[in-house]
Amino acid sequence: MNHPASAPPLPRPRGPLSTAVLALLQGSAPGDAPAPADCAPYDEDLQLALYMLYELHYRGFEGVPEELEWDARLLGLRDAIEQRFLDTLREDVPVDGTADAWKALDELQVEPVDGSGSVSHYLRDEARLDQLREYAALRSLYHLKEADPHAWVIPRLRGRAKAAMVAVEFDEFGAGRAEDIHAQLYADLMADLGLDTGYGHYLDSAPAEVLATVNLMSLFGLRRALRAALVGHFAFVEVTSSPASRRIAGALERAGAGPAAVRFYTEHVEADAVHEQVVRHDVVGGLLESEPHLEQDVVFGIRATGHLEDRLGARLLGAWRAGESAALGAL
Amino acid sequence: MVNSPERPRRARVQRDGPLLVEGPVEVVGEDGEVTVSDRFMVALCTCRRSRTFPWCDTSHRRRERHSGEGGPA
Repeated sequence: MNHPASAPPLPRPRGPLSTAVLALLQGSAPGDAPAPADCAPYDEDLQLALYMLYELHYRGFEGVPEELEWDARLLGLRDAIEQRFLDTLREDVPVDGTADAWKALDELQVEPVDGSGSVSHYLRDEARLDQLREYAALRSLYHLKEADPHAWVIPRLRGRAKAAMVAVEFDEFGAGRAEDIHAQLYADLMADLGLDTGYGHYLDSAPAEVLATVNLMSLFGLRRALRAALVGHFAFVEVTSSPASRRIAGALERAGAGPAAVRFYTEHVEADAVHEQVVRHDVVGGLLESEPHLEQDVVFGIRATGHLEDRLGARLLGAWRAGESAALGAL
Repeated sequence: MVNSPERPRRARVQRDGPLLVEGPVEVVGEDGEVTVSDRFMVALCTCRRSRTFPWCDTSHRRRERHSGEGGPA
């Protein structure tokens, strides 16, 4: 069996469910795992268990056989955990037959006058350098996978939506230049801030709210039935990115971060102003032209992403305003 | 080739948004300064509010209540 050389180490468990997953990944008996349906869906234990199971589809973990990606027991467990997460999201973000994808996208375009609930406003106006570093470390779980789960949707799209999705992904993956891959620009930013750039390095520090944002894109990316939700997720990210990136670039300049840190965000101001337009007109527009019955799922993807981003924002701002760290333990 | 007699370069105009032109694009400013973008698609600012003019930076957007945000993409 193949053992990936550069895969990250397994994380520490956070409860009975993640302990059971960890045991299965290490080839030992899982013990008495609780039924996922009885677990708190947004808590540390379930989110970490799900994160570990999804990671098998990306780069895996050090010492874990690559073949376990398609292990029937692990897939069964993942399905049960995923269902618990998805059911909760469907409850928390109800979308009915009147849902309008264009309206949902327009709502995202409105910039807040009062940015008190916004992480990027806080970073721009108030954050200290150590809080910026913490933000960059915790977000790395997401950004070092940037655009990866979105590539899974490509064979599920057709025509205009597929061509446009690939064009934006091409940009995300550096337009043919390895040094310009957005995940690489993020690693450069981390190095500038004196952080460890290793893939998955900060997993043990990342609270459930961070893991949930990553799990959401893995969930949408892996399930063909949720392809429209994945497109909604992509649209959310591209539409909200430019103005937020400009504020974060300002925060990094103010804090005296290096040029790579500032470049990551200024590149996104301009790139995502374009991506937003392409995703709206051609990815969402093209998908709904060929599969109009998927409009509710596009809206679900947009709103579920906003819902989990809001939860993460509340966690970060709650900790920082109380003078605490938002990470689990020291970075 | 994107830009050829058989396949003219496409531009998309919008009332409340940038002019979208298939890249690469060279823009000549009033002062004669040339700016180049080699993106596959270029969003040209038409509201003149962009801080990265001639490129769009989404400054044309309305400002209102908070509606959530993520990170860069």
